[in-house]
Amino acid sequence: MEPERTFLEYLRDISETTAPLDFMLIFDNLDRFVEGAWVTLQLTFLALLLGGLIAIPLAIARAYRKPVLNPIIWGYTYAFRGTPLLVQTYLFYFGLGQFEAVRNSFLWSPILSDPWWCVLIAFTLNTAAYTTEFLRGAIETTPRGEIEAAKAAGMSPWTRMRLVVLPSAFRRALPAYSNEVIFTLHGSVIASTVTLQDLLGVGRWLNGRYYLAYEGFVTAMLFYMAIVFMISLAFRYAEKRYLKHLRPRETEKSPRPALA
Amino acid sequence: MGLIFEYRQILIEGTIVTISLAVLSLLLSVGFGLLGAFAKLSPSRGLRRIGNRYTTFVRSVPELVLMMLIFYGGQALLNDIGQATGLWGYVDVNQFIAGVLTLGFIFGAYMAETFRGAILAIPRGQIEAALSVGMSARQVFTLVTWPQMVRYALPSFTNNWLVLVKATALVSVIGLHDLVWNAFSAGRSNHALFTFMFAVLVIYLIITAVSDGALRWVDRKYSVGERKA
Repeated sequence: MEPERTFLEYLRDISETTAPLDFMLIFDNLDRFVEGAWVTLQLTFLALLLGGLIAIPLAIARAYRKPVLNPIIWGYTYAFRGTPLLVQTYLFYFGLGQFEAVRNSFLWSPILSDPWWCVLIAFTLNTAAYTTEFLRGAIETTPRGEIEAAKAAGMSPWTRMRLVVLPSAFRRALPAYSNEVIFTLHGSVIASTVTLQDLLGVGRWLNGRYYLAYEGFVTAMLFYMAIVFMISLAFRYAEKRYLKHLRPRETEKSPRPALA
Repeated sequence: MGLIFEYRQILIEGTIVTISLAVLSLLLSVGFGLLGAFAKLSPSRGLRRIGNRYTTFVRSVPELVLMMLIFYGGQALLNDIGQATGLWGYVDVNQFIAGVLTLGFIFGAYMAETFRGAILAIPRGQIEAALSVGMSARQVFTLVTWPQMVRYALPSFTNNWLVLVKATALVSVIGLHDLVWNAFSAGRSNHALFTFMFAVLVIYLIITAVSDGALRWVDRKYSVGERKA
């Protein structure tokens, strides 16, 4: 007679033998995936934050064609936007160790030999380059009238920048920035190629450890889809809030005239 | 510099692999993109839904994840099917083919958006006029829609191509001997990874700069009749 099995054992049996995906194994390792998601989110948002902070002054310098700075910044953004993020990351992580001066410097042991820091530096410089360019575009398209009005009100150049140009440029850049956030998230998978355990890293680890083909990647994919979904929701909310003045005005519904 | 010159053969071979990968993926992505755009614009609700699912799905999954899923998972799937049906024995999925399929599929979604926007930019009246003078649907596409679509789609097409070229670097992760892989192995054996990675960056920069210039030339040709404000 077959011994009684608990529901959980039954589920495990289905999961291991007949189900296309071993969902119980995924479930058992879910905590690792959550840790991986944390690494991914940390890298993405730190890079975006630091990159954004770097991009603001660079975009201003580009938009106002500051003599020496403009061509230098253009060179920087052109180089970083014209080459793959993977190679930039390799250059920082594997490349810098080639120089003895770097290996002996005080930055080596805490920062430059650590994959986490190298990845963060590469991602930050990469996203800063893209952000600089579209922020420059947004600053350049500031309506002339807004600046004239600010001048007429007696604002100094700095006040004008702070109160008029930047807030309106940020608003105009918002739709493009949602793409940049998603691209940075997509780019963050490169962390897994330099041994970091981000979402994809955990997926690759799971597949390697249990000799599987789908489970790890499919789980990682579902996590990424969920994160992108939440980012899009956040941007939809932000656009509703900050670009409210651009939406077609909702007219008050007039009551349908009675038929005779 | 001397080191790079010494290894020029392997770098050139890698560059050729990278460029052919990018070009084949581009051709595939144009095919996927046209199908996607027509699906998204079709009067059938089912087709529209498939088109929208396709573009939303691709936008939400990182390229490398999809590439690994197709390369490792696709191979397991093919072998499972082969074993179950007995039609074929063990197959090894080639990294090059997996790369072309993945990149073509992914950038097809971006191309679909590009083409959809371009088709929508053509005034509806022109298509109606073409139909009213008795053109067939095919003639409308080749004589009216296509030439103008190219003009409207080109800026975004250029952008997609540049992103695609940079995405080809990812195939080195699944082991294709492309530019990045070759340079990496040469750099590691010589303890000169900075030198080699820097060379790779320069080669990519040349590819993107040349294609940017070339597509600008095409843009000028196709917008001859346009007046720039």
